[in-house]
Amino acid sequence: MMRTKLSWPSVAGVALLLVAPAVVYPVLVMKVLCFALFACAFNLLLGFTGLLSFGHAAFLGTAAYLTGHALKVWEVPTLVGLILGTVGAAALGWVIGSLAIRRQGIYFAMVTLALAQLVFFVLMQAPFTHGDDGLQGVPRGTLFGIDLTNDYALYYLVVALFVGAFWLIRRTIDSPFGQILKAIRENEPRVVSLGYDVARYKLIAFVLSAALAGLAGATKTLVFNFATLGDAHWHMSGEVVLMTLLGGMGTVFGPVVGAALIVTLQNELAVVAGSLVTVIMGAIFVVCVLAFRRGIVGEGIALYRRMIGEKVG
Amino acid sequence: MTEIFGVPLQALMGQLVLGLVNGSFYAVLSLGLAVIFGMLNIINFTHGALYMMGAMFTWMLLEYTGVGYWWSLLLAPVGVGLIGILIERVLLRHVYKLDHLYGLLLTFGLALMIEGLFRHLYGAAGQPYAVPSQLTGALDLGFMFLPKYRAWVIVASLAVCLFTWYMIEKTRLGAYLRAATENAKLTQALGINVPLMVLLTYGFSVGLAGLAGVLAAPTTQVGPLMGSNLLIVVFAVVVIGGMGSILGSVVTGLGLGLVEGLTKVFYAEAASTVVFIAMAIVLMFRPAGLFGREK
Repeated sequence: MMRTKLSWPSVAGVALLLVAPAVVYPVLVMKVLCFALFACAFNLLLGFTGLLSFGHAAFLGTAAYLTGHALKVWEVPTLVGLILGTVGAAALGWVIGSLAIRRQGIYFAMVTLALAQLVFFVLMQAPFTHGDDGLQGVPRGTLFGIDLTNDYALYYLVVALFVGAFWLIRRTIDSPFGQILKAIRENEPRVVSLGYDVARYKLIAFVLSAALAGLAGATKTLVFNFATLGDAHWHMSGEVVLMTLLGGMGTVFGPVVGAALIVTLQNELAVVAGSLVTVIMGAIFVVCVLAFRRGIVGEGIALYRRMIGEKVG
Repeated sequence: MTEIFGVPLQALMGQLVLGLVNGSFYAVLSLGLAVIFGMLNIINFTHGALYMMGAMFTWMLLEYTGVGYWWSLLLAPVGVGLIGILIERVLLRHVYKLDHLYGLLLTFGLALMIEGLFRHLYGAAGQPYAVPSQLTGALDLGFMFLPKYRAWVIVASLAVCLFTWYMIEKTRLGAYLRAATENAKLTQALGINVPLMVLLTYGFSVGLAGLAGVLAAPTTQVGPLMGSNLLIVVFAVVVIGGMGSILGSVVTGLGLGLVEGLTKVFYAEAASTVVFIAMAIVLMFRPAGLFGREK
């Protein structure tokens, strides 16, 4: 059994996160962390199982609303709200996953996209989401007696959640279970012929990915105090694909890098480019697919291997 | 007045016709997707954006040059087809040898670009486009009034589907196309210019999407966002029907349009979701799709 080692990028990353609020606006870092978690969860499917889900916004959005509604209307403690969002997304992931894994490849992508659109329309019509206005004024509450309305207090909670989830994903990838997922990505018929129940493995990976995407959505509601339909829109599903592709699919740190870049870029561009942001996102997509398929981290790893003279496979 | 399950017959028939109109668009678009997938191995995510472009061209032709509906019916699809040819030459040809997923991602990015650009130039709100004067008014069929334009959309779409079927199944060019779909290398070895066939297939299929856009212009608000939501429904149609046969695409498209129309009458809240629910049910009981032949 492989052990998940404490690698120096992880240590450096955690150290950086701990001191970051001293120099950067904590809400921006929290936003990056939410999307990084979302992208890492997505990458577990695309990068390590070879399944392109084009509907991950459904899990982000559903969890965002569930947590928001639980905190605001049912007035549950913050921790319970987070758990409810995550479990809700996992349950939805089980339903969508069981349907989607019945088809392969390109159809899988279309099925997840269509089912996510179904979820979007349901959320749009359901009274508790408040339609286009969104669910506003969600209280952050307290955790173990600490008041989370303080941005710095919430920051360290979000860092803890992110690091925990990131560790879980790494642990999954390195586990025997993760080895089988990678084998499914490389050659599904062979894994079937070896006697593994491929459908079950895919479904577990899908539910885990949905749950973690849900945790990202739940955390996001906590950070911004609101949930909107945009969280569940297919644009959001596209964005997480782009983050993963840009950072490097199938690499551990790629989605984090991709999410940080895209979130920062959107923040900067919203002021100068306005409605052209979508065009720029689309252009990044096209460039990534045509010339940059390994992504930033993937290219970095390839370059490093060339430098130490290892053959790149 | 005649009623069926408490619904006036006139209202029911009206919604069914409207369902058939939507179904015609599903049929034409899913047909194009299927032909492109067969030949290029790409799910063309740009299809919705090009449909939108067909409608926008129609509106622009009238707005800026005064060219009316009937000329647009020819010019807009040709314009969209030419843009498609450009897209194929410059972008798509680089991903044929890669995994299917890259084609989907590339065309998705392209769709975002096109949609974003039109949104930047014309805003998100739609523009109205008048029904051409020859097709205003309605026919009195005795049991219902059938708006002439809706009848025209259904007839024109079916004619287009029939024409495409004839071209692919009954002509020499179609035989080449089927051969290239089956085995591109061998077809090329027999002296048929496969890259040219690929180019023409893509240009023709997105031209069809453009044509659907022209037909749709007077039935809806012409705006940058009209394509993407429709395309996701068409994806569901493709999953339900499979991409194996032209007839399958047409039957599935029209059938789901009717289902949607009926839902509007009896349970309007579910009208926007019923196609996706139908897809889920089909996946449960016939995972390969109704006319499925997985590639």
